[in-house]
Amino acid sequence: MGKLYEQLSKDVRLQEGLKSCINCGTCTAICPAAEFYDYDPRIIAEKVQSKNDTTIEELLKSETIWYCGECMSCKTRCPRGNTPGLIIMALRSLSQDLGHFAESEKGRQQLFLKRTVGEWLLNHGYCLYLEGIGTDLFPEQGPIWDWWQENYKDVMDRMGANYQGEGPGVLRKIPEETMAEVKKIFELTGATERFATIEKYSKLKADEFNLDISDKMPNEYVHSVFTTNSILE
Amino acid sequence: MLQEGKQALWKEYQKEIADNRYFYVRSCVRQNFFPASEATFLKIITEELGKDIYEHPSHTSCSGIGYHTDVIPFETTMTMVARQFALMTEAGYPNLVPSCITSFGLYTEVLDTWHHFPEVEARVREHLRKATGREFEKPANIAHASDIIFKLRNEIAAKAKHKLVNHITGKTLRGVEHIGCHYSKMFPQKGIGGAEYPYVLIGMIEAWGGEVVDYPERRHCCGFGFRQYLVKANRGYSVASSKKKFESMEPYKPDFILTNCPGCPYFLDRWQYAIAEMEGTTYGENGMGIPVLTYEELAGLVLGYDPWDLGLQVHQVSVEPLLDKMGISYNPSSKYVGKNGKFLGVPFKPNTLKVC
Repeated sequence: MGKLYEQLSKDVRLQEGLKSCINCGTCTAICPAAEFYDYDPRIIAEKVQSKNDTTIEELLKSETIWYCGECMSCKTRCPRGNTPGLIIMALRSLSQDLGHFAESEKGRQQLFLKRTVGEWLLNHGYCLYLEGIGTDLFPEQGPIWDWWQENYKDVMDRMGANYQGEGPGVLRKIPEETMAEVKKIFELTGATERFATIEKYSKLKADEFNLDISDKMPNEYVHSVFTTNSILE
Repeated sequence: MLQEGKQALWKEYQKEIADNRYFYVRSCVRQNFFPASEATFLKIITEELGKDIYEHPSHTSCSGIGYHTDVIPFETTMTMVARQFALMTEAGYPNLVPSCITSFGLYTEVLDTWHHFPEVEARVREHLRKATGREFEKPANIAHASDIIFKLRNEIAAKAKHKLVNHITGKTLRGVEHIGCHYSKMFPQKGIGGAEYPYVLIGMIEAWGGEVVDYPERRHCCGFGFRQYLVKANRGYSVASSKKKFESMEPYKPDFILTNCPGCPYFLDRWQYAIAEMEGTTYGENGMGIPVLTYEELAGLVLGYDPWDLGLQVHQVSVEPLLDKMGISYNPSSKYVGKNGKFLGVPFKPNTLKVC
């Protein structure tokens, strides 16, 4: 057994997700990602099952592991109780821990996700933050969203929200004591460390590409990882 | 097959749904995009049906979107979930009611993990104790908010002001339903009807007078895919998935799409707009889209609530064709006003998609 497989198998999601794959391909048949990308969850299971370090390292540095949408349709259909989606989650975690995510175009997108979803959760208590989701980044939200964002306090009020208010309700302000608890949870359970690792390897890659990666958002590197799509070009 | 045999089989596809004393945890997506749906759910459960439901002001996101974009480690997510359980324990409520399918799937996944790996549960309890000083008991019951509406669908039908029937022709309205992947694809025994016969939304549509139309891509993902939508470079995955569904449902001419998960109505609404603008293709009547509703919005319409109090004005696909069929009267001039009657201006109209 290779060292990387040993590291992977410490993740309970690998233990739950890979029991004994018979390579039937049912997961690939049901997979929405396999319809869109040159992606095959059957091959992911086969490669991880090989326990070969070279093969697994290639996966950790590959585009392939970032194609899955984590819809978990594969879990329902596998006749042997495997879940390729969980194998993918274990691979993505290890890829980030080892810094290999920065070696693929899709993997490098983790910096954008850390700087938005991750930091919104850490700083506001929500995975989505109203002020951060404008039509500049998400144009398909349409003109209705521009109208809403121009009038968000009035619209939120009309719809019974408690936007940034005290007490319970939709999009209430999460109390400071709660945010202090969230921060401690992040520090104790590895999220703070993962954030630092994503930043560290992204910075190395940005320097290699000669792109700005300041704390300011957006910056050249974030813009690049958010928009570059050479896979389907 | 004998009727009794069918009934015995169907029993295996049911789940237990608590009757009262709910602890409500909100959804990041629903709060941001369908805020009135959560307000409507609480109104129906308390004012219409007299149930006891509590929301703790200090609860947070479950961290699910962070977990499924892989920036939040499982250990962190499990401890965030444990903190929600601790707040519930402290408040004295036994039954957890998430407003989000991703959360519902995640709470279930965490409990399942702890069941298989008790040492992980012990470690998470220690993390929570160290970080917050809190302890917790596991929920006696977890039901998604739609499960509660499903359980009470006949009580809602008894109070109905409008039915899913064309008020002019008398014809039954036809809906397609989309339950959201994490409702029962991960843990089929936790969803009404399991993964094979998911019944949660069908039950509502049928109880309120409508008919459900089957279509080939009924169970295909809406295309959220977490990182596959959130990162612009990946969005082809997202729109392609929704498009596959629209093309599959269009020949059946559904009057509406009903959704379970908070993300799915967003994608099924907004991608209709984007496809219209990109390709000129529309899927509804007369150049419009197919109206997309959350189950709270549909319940609110059935109960006779004002469509603009339900937040239907913040959909990009207009819902008026459905309101007209149901015979619901609405005031177009109050569509874009604030709470105190302040006129907020009219949104720009899309170039291709026809809107009211």
